[in-house]
Amino acid sequence: MTGAAKWRHWLLYAGVAAVAAYCLAPFYWMLVSSLRPASDLFDTSLVPSRVSFANYRAVLGPSQGFPRALLNSLTVAGVTTVLALLLATFTAYAMARLEFRFKRLILTLIIATSMFPVVSIVVPLLKLFTGIGWINTYQAMIVPSMSFALPLAVWNLTAFFRQMPEELEHAAMVDGCTRGQAFRKVVIPLAAPGIFTTAIITFIAAWNEFLIALSMTNKPAMQTAPVAISKFTGATTYEAPFGSQMAAGVLVTVPLVVMVLLFQRRIVAGLTAGAAK
Amino acid sequence: MADTRTPTGTAPRPSGGAAGRRTGRPLAPVGRRAEAARATAGSGRMAALLVSPTLLVLAIVVLYPTIMALTESLYGPKGLDPRTGFIRSTEPFVGLKNYADIFGEAGGRFWNAFWNTTFFTGVTVALETVIGMAMALIMHRALKGRALVRAAILVPWAVPTAISGLLWRWIFNSNGIANGLLGRQILWTTEGFHAKVAVIVAEVWKTAPFIGLLVLAGLQVIGKEVYEAARLDGAGPLRQFWHITLPLVKPALLVAVLFRCMDALRMFDLPYLLIGAQKNSVETLSMLAQDEASNVRFGPASAYAVLLFLYVFLIALAFVRLLGTDLVGDGGAGGRRGGRRGIVLSRRAEVTA
Amino acid sequence: MKIRVIRAFPCSAALVAAGLVLTACGASGDSGSGQSGPASFEGRGPITYVTGKDTTGTLQPVLDRWNKLHPKEKVTLIQLPTDADAQRQQMIQNAETKSDAYTVLSLDVVWTSEFAAHQWIDKLPERQFPLHKMLKPVVETAKYRGGLYAVPASSDGGMLYYRADLLKKAGVAGPPKTWAELKEDCAKVRKLPEGKGMSCYAGQFQKYEGLTVNFAEAVNSAGGEVTDADGRPDVDTPAARKGLDFLAGSFKDGTIPKEAITYQEEDSRQAFQSGKLLFLRNWPYVYSLAQKSKVAGKFAVAPLPGLNGPGASSLGGHNLALSSFARNKATALDFMKFFTSEQTAKSFLQGASLAPPYARLYDDPALVKQYPYLPVLKQSVLRAVPRPRVVQYGDATSAIQREAYAALNGGKSSAQALTDLQKDLKKVMGQ
Repeated sequence: MTGAAKWRHWLLYAGVAAVAAYCLAPFYWMLVSSLRPASDLFDTSLVPSRVSFANYRAVLGPSQGFPRALLNSLTVAGVTTVLALLLATFTAYAMARLEFRFKRLILTLIIATSMFPVVSIVVPLLKLFTGIGWINTYQAMIVPSMSFALPLAVWNLTAFFRQMPEELEHAAMVDGCTRGQAFRKVVIPLAAPGIFTTAIITFIAAWNEFLIALSMTNKPAMQTAPVAISKFTGATTYEAPFGSQMAAGVLVTVPLVVMVLLFQRRIVAGLTAGAAK
Repeated sequence: MADTRTPTGTAPRPSGGAAGRRTGRPLAPVGRRAEAARATAGSGRMAALLVSPTLLVLAIVVLYPTIMALTESLYGPKGLDPRTGFIRSTEPFVGLKNYADIFGEAGGRFWNAFWNTTFFTGVTVALETVIGMAMALIMHRALKGRALVRAAILVPWAVPTAISGLLWRWIFNSNGIANGLLGRQILWTTEGFHAKVAVIVAEVWKTAPFIGLLVLAGLQVIGKEVYEAARLDGAGPLRQFWHITLPLVKPALLVAVLFRCMDALRMFDLPYLLIGAQKNSVETLSMLAQDEASNVRFGPASAYAVLLFLYVFLIALAFVRLLGTDLVGDGGAGGRRGGRRGIVLSRRAEVTA
Repeated sequence: MKIRVIRAFPCSAALVAAGLVLTACGASGDSGSGQSGPASFEGRGPITYVTGKDTTGTLQPVLDRWNKLHPKEKVTLIQLPTDADAQRQQMIQNAETKSDAYTVLSLDVVWTSEFAAHQWIDKLPERQFPLHKMLKPVVETAKYRGGLYAVPASSDGGMLYYRADLLKKAGVAGPPKTWAELKEDCAKVRKLPEGKGMSCYAGQFQKYEGLTVNFAEAVNSAGGEVTDADGRPDVDTPAARKGLDFLAGSFKDGTIPKEAITYQEEDSRQAFQSGKLLFLRNWPYVYSLAQKSKVAGKFAVAPLPGLNGPGASSLGGHNLALSSFARNKATALDFMKFFTSEQTAKSFLQGASLAPPYARLYDDPALVKQYPYLPVLKQSVLRAVPRPRVVQYGDATSAIQREAYAALNGGKSSAQALTDLQKDLKKVMGQ
């Protein structure tokens, strides 16, 4: 390695460290705060002087129903992501590859729907869903979540598909693939990082959705994690349950990140494997 | 998916030409255009098939409530009947009064919120773009530990906004860690510019990873051979960035920026949780609409929501025009098209020179 | 009444949406359940109880007791978010959709007028509740235009926490009764070696509901009033100005530390517990927590001081109301009687330290032993003045917060702030 290359090498590591520090420092504070016993709550030492898991025990205690809430969140966000990606893949393909009239208009319309503040659509939806008996169901949370998940997925996928060289598809079609096959076997594997990133982003957006989930459920068994967190209380009215909220924040975030780490390899590998065939 | 290879008509415009070139590969063979035309034959029908499920779902979810909001914005708040002490059961129709009011007495608050919203959006999205881009470039280069950094970068985005609002409120507490590190006591949550700074810091932290992730994905789909060619040509890192990387990730970047803009324009939770309601320094349009609605004045609240919607819509329209060629590929006005081709050609020149 | 230290979630925003339905339900000309006449309470069967919190697990056993006695009229708990604004918003959403999902609502005392005026809750038969056994100011919070629209379930009042150890050391005989005494005591304590660098007094002065509470207390304690006996705004008076001047002046002369402008309940509790404050205005909940802190055994409570004698607290607490759109109202009425009974109030006091509405419980020797602050709290609640009872309470309280904040910040003189506030409140109340 030459001097310059070595220097660049170290610079890169410094950069990586800086990115990690930037992202994790506030999270570290969250972790530390969640580990402090209630009496040390206002402590500002960087390492907790005493470590207590009381906050975690409070969060996972039977009365909060937090594990169940995590499972609900997983279901709602998972189904939303899969549905949104499925629908969006078709639409994005049409946007990226097909010629038709009103394309810009449609693309604008799709994004326009995601623009109306969620807060403005929740009560009409509540009325609608009350009428058809959807209160306390998963679909009452999944369908509205599509309003922001779908535009996000369509736009991102369109951008990624457009980035793919079209010649590859044409080559595949010359080799006897149908358009659909060419898309499935050539474009999707190549766009795998983009699709995966879109999936993560959609999933997290749906995972963090609060307002709809709050309004559409009134049974503890159906509430999602953010809703459950909003119901944490201190021991008395005014006492802030800050410690357990931070603990819940950690508990909501960490599994998500671990899951992404695990899935990353499998999904990307799976998608890319298709290309070899 | 239907097989549309059968030539049944002619495509209105060649779609493939530009897209094919953008990876910097040599131009397609001469027969390419004709082939592209054949490939897009009957695409209108197919497109309708592919696009309609999405539009259908969105219509169900969004159209009805949006129309309700528009209607509502034409009504004023219900009055109190002094005789019975009850609120009247009907809302008076006031036409466009709720909209006209922003130029009247109540307008001061609206315009303050409008400028706050614009300021927050401009500053946060600019910072996020720079930081997110830097994150993506670093992660793209880092081979060892990329998965871990990538997981780390997800953390701010994955923490629910409500929780991160609380977290930052804690950090910016008068006796919190921010003041501890700065060594002086700034009362962040009081009115003033420092409150804006607190919101911006927290918002950028949370959402820069969004741009970082999308740009990284954009970088990953760029073929390695593009860079190899550039390196062989002796292009330095800076030139590679400006002339290859940036144009190639432009669609992904712009989409990310667009969604960030739209989210930032609707910013609500963070200033609300971090600084508090009804603080002039940080009140955004969404907060204003919410405040009106929480006082059961749904007409003005809806009017603010509609105005915000229009504002966001204009920005989105601008993006669609800007992005159109990259994303939709339907060419559009000749001038724009020529401009883009210019870029592509210069990029090609860069690569092959 | 509930002022969250931290607004847990931003969901009040849903109200934007709440409005959107109004065209559907409001324009129809249907006047809700038409309550001008006496409401009838018919139907028996399962009901729900809607509340923001189950503080210490004392709530569910109470509900279980009811359910065991009434197996065919079971009550189900619906828990709303901790944040008071979010609770109100969910309840309004439920009313706007005319849903029968909520039966009995636990309302913050300041919401009664608004819910009653919108006919979201039913007028209740006054004679069926033991109101005469309850503290009078508390019962007043449940009324709208002379009619009973809710039943007090719990109360709350502000008290002055003070460092008894330091006062004694400085040779002060007892807690201050007036603001002047409070400042004198501070000066004496600050001369002690232990008192160096201590701040004197703090309440809750962040721009939120707590500021309304503290402002109203200052005005009332100086002999002023926010609204007069007929509910009209009357805040531009010399007495009110003396009250606001106490707060604004204390910020200026350092009696109240600068950072107190960011304090909500928890921040001020923390400052007191870490020994930074000599005097603190706060709710009873602080008592047991401070007993576990650095200042354990070193503090005591007293009624709030005023301009020329003891001051007047604002009132907190929750009332039970019956949703107009609910089914099984006969069951609901029975449940409300059960839930607001003295027996239940006692178990909430013992289990969750909620101040009861019943006068007698404050004098119960066993309870006083458990909660030594009860006699002081009783005085506080008895002398308390409810916050303005206004249909548009949200507008009134934000006007108060805006002007009081400007005065405390030094952005406006007290006189100017009160003149402006009087004008704003008149507008809010349509006068």
